[in-house]
Amino acid sequence: MSEKPSFIARTGPAALAIAGLLLAWQLYADLSGISATTLPSPTRVAQQGWIHRQALFDNAVPTIRATLLGFACSLTTAFLLSILMDFSQPLRRALFPVFIISQTLPLVAIAPLVVLWFGFGLFPKIMLVALVTFFPMLVALVQGYAATEKEIVLLLHSMGASRWRSFVLARLPSALPFFFAGLRISITYAVVGAIFAEYAGAAKGLGIYILNAKNNFRPDLVLAAVGVSATLTLILFGATVLVQRMAMPWLRFEQEPAR
Amino acid sequence: MIGVRLQLNGIRKSFGTTEVLDGVSLHVHEGEFVSILGPSGAGKSTIFQLLTGAFSSDGGTIQMNGAALQPQNGHFAFMPQRDALMPWRRILDNTTLGLEVQGMSRKAARAKVTPLLGEFGLAGFEDHYPAQLSGGMRQRAALLRTVVQERDMLLLDEPFGALDALTRTGMQRWLEMMWKRHRWTALLITHDVREAVYLSDRIYVLSARPARVLREFHVPLPRPRDAGARGLAEASAIEAAVLDTLLIPEQAGGPQP
Repeated sequence: MSEKPSFIARTGPAALAIAGLLLAWQLYADLSGISATTLPSPTRVAQQGWIHRQALFDNAVPTIRATLLGFACSLTTAFLLSILMDFSQPLRRALFPVFIISQTLPLVAIAPLVVLWFGFGLFPKIMLVALVTFFPMLVALVQGYAATEKEIVLLLHSMGASRWRSFVLARLPSALPFFFAGLRISITYAVVGAIFAEYAGAAKGLGIYILNAKNNFRPDLVLAAVGVSATLTLILFGATVLVQRMAMPWLRFEQEPAR
Repeated sequence: MIGVRLQLNGIRKSFGTTEVLDGVSLHVHEGEFVSILGPSGAGKSTIFQLLTGAFSSDGGTIQMNGAALQPQNGHFAFMPQRDALMPWRRILDNTTLGLEVQGMSRKAARAKVTPLLGEFGLAGFEDHYPAQLSGGMRQRAALLRTVVQERDMLLLDEPFGALDALTRTGMQRWLEMMWKRHRWTALLITHDVREAVYLSDRIYVLSARPARVLREFHVPLPRPRDAGARGLAEASAIEAAVLDTLLIPEQAGGPQP
């Protein structure tokens, strides 16, 4: 029916909105006479960030490492558990409440405890990232399996497919859109989770960098580090979108009207 | 009972307290096209699910080729209501699905299906995804997936129910032509009276739930069915009688001789 809008038409409004916000912030910081140690202007944040780029980079690396490792752990666990829970209703009934309870634990309380128990190394960070990202993916997968078209299940049954065969041929691919929706949600939690873990105690990382900058009355560097973490999240988010396009090549046809 | 492929005798089925089938008896000869017509929710699809072993009956017997039915033997190739094509598989891989489940290698299954694509109007579309195809083409792909399994019998569950009227008529004509060529033994579920008369050798009309056979109609019209005014008048007469049976079940007599 209608043509796909051009790249500029799709991204223009968002770019304008962000530029407008930054401009308002800049004008307020310049004209209100507010101290730069209270509210630094965006140009000051960018300038100081650039000067401290080496420190920011050195602290971003452990954060990225904790994020990716934690995310990989949680992805693997969620996937394996989702299969077990799909095949065993008692297991599903036993474990789901446990996972829901795990989501009610406030990160502020859990993060220092995990650091207390497991030290300042990588492991507690991986655990915390896994804790915050695990549940959305598990729920997405379990829901995705259940969303398999009933007629396809009947069809495979009539063909004599086993439960496992039917899972691989139908339930797993049916869950892909749900899985990627869950992935997009949890990837945005992942970086924040890692920073929180570092905030509770770490030798290096964006979290501890933010804590130190705050204690040194450098809100410009706090914001520069926030900018780095936001960029990381956006990159990871973009990567999931890219992976989804590659994993589900049929998707682009479903959004268009049938020819 | 020579030539009888499928025989149902007094099949009963309830789900909880809901009685769905109340002693359904019917049979299908080899190479015969038989339709089951009935109101919505009469339990027509339940009959198919009993045949494919999705669950078992509460009473009555099902015989296939003269022996008690063993659902796991896979006598039936089933075509569900909507096409049930997998959106993530290309058309060729959708049509080979049944063969792959049977254990055939992907390569052998493709080699078997590929020569049939032309006859099913799918040549040149084998690498398309289902979402790229029209409703009629999707149904032809679903039928191809069904027939290449080379089972004893086709079970077609309202295969054209989701199509627009014009496409549906086109598909009915095409299916009749294909059936004349291949002489599949087929059992069709439909609630479209015209479709049943157009395609079938015999029609069983079911009552509302709990379903039993109200009446059996023979359709002794020459094929192809779209030729000749004489056939048209007779077809209309049968359609009217079938409709009367469906709409005024109290007047339905015993089975037609």
